[in-house]
This record gives sequence, structure tokens and C-alpha cells, in this order.
Amino acid sequence: MAFFFEVLIGGLLSGIMYSLVALGFVLIFKASGVFNFAQGAMVYFAALAVVGFIDKGVPLWASVILAFIVMTLFGIATEKFVLRKMVNQPPIALFMATIGLAFFVEGLAPLLFGNDVRPLDIGLVDEPIPAILDSLNIVVSRFDLTAAGLAALLVIVLALFFQYTRVGRALRAVADDHQAALSIGIPLQHIWALVWAVAGFVALVAGMLWGARNGVQFALTFTALKALPVLILGGFTSVPGAIVGGLIIGASEKLAEIYIPPLMQSVFSGNFGGIEGWFPYVMALLFLLVRPEGLFGEKHIDRV
Amino acid sequence: MIKKSKQFIVAAAVSAACLAGAFGPAQAAEEQYFMLPSYRVGPYGANGAAWYGGFIDYLSYVNMKGGIDGVQIAWDECETEYNNAKGVECYERLKAKAKAAPGPIHVMSTGISYALVDKTAADKLPLAMMGYGLTMAVDGSVFPWAFPLVTTYQMQASAIIKFLKDKNAGSLAGKKIVYLYHDSAYGKEPILALEAESRLNKFELVQIPVAHPGNEQGAQWQRIRQEKPDYVIMWGWGVMNMTALKTAQKMGFPREKMIGSWWAGSEEDVVPAGDAAKGYMSATWNVSGKGVPLIADIEKTVYGGGKGNLSDKSKLGTILYNRGVSAAVLSVESIRAAQAKYGKGKAMNPEQVRWGMENLNLDDARLKALGATGLLPEVKTSCDNHEGSGKVKLQQWDGSKWVVLSDWLEGNKALIHPLFQADAKKYAKEKGITPRDCAAEAKKK
Repeated sequence: MAFFFEVLIGGLLSGIMYSLVALGFVLIFKASGVFNFAQGAMVYFAALAVVGFIDKGVPLWASVILAFIVMTLFGIATEKFVLRKMVNQPPIALFMATIGLAFFVEGLAPLLFGNDVRPLDIGLVDEPIPAILDSLNIVVSRFDLTAAGLAALLVIVLALFFQYTRVGRALRAVADDHQAALSIGIPLQHIWALVWAVAGFVALVAGMLWGARNGVQFALTFTALKALPVLILGGFTSVPGAIVGGLIIGASEKLAEIYIPPLMQSVFSGNFGGIEGWFPYVMALLFLLVRPEGLFGEKHIDRV
Repeated sequence: MIKKSKQFIVAAAVSAACLAGAFGPAQAAEEQYFMLPSYRVGPYGANGAAWYGGFIDYLSYVNMKGGIDGVQIAWDECETEYNNAKGVECYERLKAKAKAAPGPIHVMSTGISYALVDKTAADKLPLAMMGYGLTMAVDGSVFPWAFPLVTTYQMQASAIIKFLKDKNAGSLAGKKIVYLYHDSAYGKEPILALEAESRLNKFELVQIPVAHPGNEQGAQWQRIRQEKPDYVIMWGWGVMNMTALKTAQKMGFPREKMIGSWWAGSEEDVVPAGDAAKGYMSATWNVSGKGVPLIADIEKTVYGGGKGNLSDKSKLGTILYNRGVSAAVLSVESIRAAQAKYGKGKAMNPEQVRWGMENLNLDDARLKALGATGLLPEVKTSCDNHEGSGKVKLQQWDGSKWVVLSDWLEGNKALIHPLFQADAKKYAKEKGITPRDCAAEAKKK
């Protein structure tokens, strides 16, 4: 039983790491109704900026601030050169623009900061907490727990921001209808630049945590693959949904990886491991059939 | 800023080189032309930059020393991003230029080499797969144009087992070994060999696959913690390697009991993992460092002459850089072997280069003459053995550098090579290939 709980807890904590990436998607989608294909590339860009500045002798804290400035400038540039010309265009056009943006960022980031795989030491060692290991024989990582705490903090701040601030309400209005928002005086350009900058900040947090865990490298762009099923489950417009979706995906994929392959082997023989790559997508697909808007997503109703 | 400008210039030069490859004039008559479908960007760009940097530096070195008996070497790079479709596209774009006097083609990707095995055979161009690729091509009677030179995944796995046996007083009976592998053709290749070794040496083999890209391995390591193995053999690539090391640390599994393949044993794999990598071992078919005279001479001659290919010179002497140099040494020596038979000072045609690769004899004396003693093992190829060596060394990361633990270790050839032959025979039957009679060809010589 201890093993089951170890897998479950490990899965929940991994799920939080997926949620961190998913949050960036949610922010942009809430503000512009665009699925930002470039979010994974932004995670890579942000983490690479941090290690790039560290390599130039800048201390960690200052590198983080500089990386945030880079991401903010990136957000402003994205609004100015990509999104501004696409106001009121169909969502698919905006989506295609973000695909182009992803390729651009994936090329630009290593050009600016180098493509070497580099470590990122943020002072957190990924080791088990001895007290839990000794008393319950369960491995719970100090690093993962801290990441979970950070994610919780981010979610609370973002949820309050969207719910209770004028800017947050403006963001939601823009997401509903660009032109209607413009007609009542909401400064669309500022709102978009702001939300891309905030998404850049979330990407920075996610990039630093994933980078500290696995090294800063191109593979950080793949973290987006883990965020997609999280979004489908949690809903594209819900910040708490990203967290809950992450928890469900993380826990279920780990439990599936441990318990399903032996069952399949006993029935079909052969080797059936490595299923956590596709299992979350199957789950998301099944979930789509039952609840297309996700657990916390807004139900879309059209008047006819 | 200077570095940035240099990067732009390098990028522009690579693009220009690729365009030249597509539309440029054919090379001069006495030039040997290497097409290089390489990768310097994308998920494995850092690995490719070091490997191809070493490869090109050696070609420059040979040119600066007068060429291959006077024949200069030309080459074009084409960016594949480690993507199979782009790899094939690069090959198709450059093959016309390589038709007259090619060098062996190196794609540094199992996936791309799988895609090219049949194409290169049809086009009659020599394909080298040094330490990767389709391993049954060891059987040259079925694969005359493909060369998995030096050693294969299966022989490597067998050599690792030999190393562990030696560590355990000659017996692994009753031990448990986990095989943690990238769930791809690359990771699956050694399974048959490990299963055969498991039956022979009576150890329990537990296979645990990791889904691509391998940046999340919590469940796999929880299972390893539960299995309590004596050793973990890891077949990883890219992010999977450092994630495995970090997760092993998290789960409290000693890194001194982890042994990786040669694609999980470069500085790119261990440096980002920090302290988590200390004590970790891996196989390798070439050593690292600048202590080898050839590497030191490349630094002096090529970088001293301002013709170095690396934008980051700190990679000089790393495992992957030295592997690129080793691959280039084998390629040039194949052409030299061909020249010895067909005429010195002449550019060799595809069939002649193929002959050179199949009759390569890079012994200790020759390695010494090249200043490459100890860099790579002796290699002697033949029609029925396109591998030519099957030897690896074991090395351990001490936190700052790789320390060699063993001499050259050869896998169990009597156990492993029949597996290749059986697979090749099956392949020949499926494709309608009539195998060459290697014994008869050897008698004719």
C-alpha cells in the first residue's frame, strides 16, 4: 500500500509541474481566445535566458529579473508585430500565427543564448525528504513539494487578478469579443501585451523549475506536450482547472504506467511499458466525449 | 557581441553551404566529397555540434596536411534537426554531388539511417553508422553498402555484461539487472542480446521502457526502487539521460550501479545533472580528453590555423567531439585503403570507397602512426563483418571528467553475431536480396 501512495503522491506532484506549463496556455486563451502553440517554446526561451545571463557572470537573482524583462519585451513585440494586425481575425488565423511564433522562438533563443545543455541551480536539491522516507518508506521530493507550493501561490495570485481587478475583467471581456471590447474603450493592445508578459512570467517560473530538474535544453519545448491533456481536462479558460487537470493527469499517468503494463503483459505477453506518453491523451479524448468544455471550462452557448 | 556575430556568420555559412550543395557546381576531379546531413539545432543540436565539429575538424586537418595522398576533401552540411524526413531530404538533395567520389555518409541518427539503408544500397553510396543504426548490417553479405562500424548496440550490451561479470567475481547468477530504455528502435535493439545474456549468465532481466522524450521518469524509478536491482543498464538519449540521473538521485538509487550506453555517456549528459551524475558509468568506443596526440595536434594545426569548426572551443576533447574525430579517421582510412588498391592520389568512386570500408585494417601500428593510440579500438572489417571491432571501454564520471575504468572489452561475439546473421537472413528473404558469397569472395582475393 505504501508503494501505491508513493506512486500517487509522485504523480500528483508531477502533475503540478504540468500545470505550471498549462497555466501559460490558459492565460493567453482567456485573454485572446487563442491557443498559444508557442507556449512550450516560451518556457525554453525563458529558461535559456536565465542560464544565458548566468553564463555571462550575472548572479541568479539578477538573471531572473533580466529574463523577465526579456519575456516582457517579447510579449510587447508579439502584440506589436504579430497580434495587432490580426484583431478580429478567426481564431484559426491567430493559432497559425502562434505556430509560426513557436518556430521563430525555437530558432531565436539558441541564437541569442547558445544551444548547449546547461544546468540551472536554483538552490533546491531533488532528494527525498528523510522524515517521510524513514517513517512511511515513501519517497516525496523536496523539490517537487516546493514546486507545488509555488504553483499554488501562482494560481491564487492569478485567480484573484482575473476575478477582482479591472485589468482582469478587461482581459475576460477581450477574450469574449475583441471588437465589442474595443467599442467600449478597452485598450486591446495594452491588454494583449500585458497578458503575453504575464504568460512570459509563468513560462519563466515553469522553465526555471523544469530546467533545474532536467537541465536547460531544447527538450523544454516538449513540456507543452504534457500540458495539452491537462488543458482538455481542466478547461482552457480556468486557472484552477489547470491545476486540477494537472493533478488528475499526473496521478493517472503514473498509476497507469505502474499497474497497466503488467496486466497487459499477462494477457498478451510482450512488453507494454512506456505508456505515459500516450495515456494522458487517451484520457483527454475520453473526457472530451463526456465534457468537451473541460471540468472548469466555460460552457459555450450560442443563441439561434 | 563578437560571439553573436560569429554565430550569425556560421549560420549564414551553413545555409550557403547547403545551397551550394543543392545548386553548386560539381567538385573538382581529385576531390573526395562528403555529404554531411548534420544537426546543430533542435533537441539534440548540442550533441550534433560537438560530433560534427570533431568530424569536420579532422577533414580540415587532413586537408591542411596535404589531403588523402594529395586528394583534397570537400564537404557540405545540410541541417536535419535529427528529423527523419529532413534527413532523407538532405540525402536526396546532396546525392547527385556525391555520385562521383563520395566519402562515407554519416547521419548520426538511427532513425535517419534506417530510412537510408535501402536508398543508399539502390544508389550505390556507402552509408556509415558508427555506433548506431541498423545493426544487422554487420552482415555485409546482405548489406554491402551499409557499415555499422566499430561496434553495435548488441555487442556493447554484451560488453557491459562482461564488465559486470568481472566486477562480480565472474558470475551474475542470481543478480537482478534493470534495463531502462528509450522506447524507440534505438532502445529496443539490444533487448535480444540482453535476453540471450540473461539466459546464458542466469541473471534476472527487468525491462522498463521510457516514453519519448523521457523528461518524466517518476513511475519508472519508483518501479526500480521496488524491484531493488543490483544494476541499472540505461539506453537513453538527450534529456532522458539527465532526467534518469536526477530521478535516480531522488529515489536514492546509487549512481555507481548505473551504466549507460555510449549515447548516454557524454559531457552533455552528465554536466547538466550536476552532483546527481557523480559515480555514474557508461560504455564508450572512444576516449575523451586532449591527451591523445591526434586531438592535441588538431587543436594546434586546425585551431592554430584559424580553421576550427567549433564555435564553442570548450567542446574540443569532449567525448562527442573525439567520437566525431574517430568517425572521420575511419572514413579517411577507408578511402586510403581504397587508394592503396585502386591508385594513390586519385579520388575514389563509390564502389572503390565501399571496398575500402570493407577491407579496412586499422591496427595498433596505424593508430600509432596517426597519433590516435587509445582513442578508438583496432578495426578490421570484411565482407561478413562490417562491424570490425565490437569493443568498448567503460568510463566513470568523477564530477568533472570521465575516468576510464577498463581496457577495450569485447562482447560475446559467438553469442551476438549469429543474432545479426539470423536477422539479416530474414531481411534478405523479405526484400528478395540474394546474399553475396563472402567465403568465395575471400578466396578470390
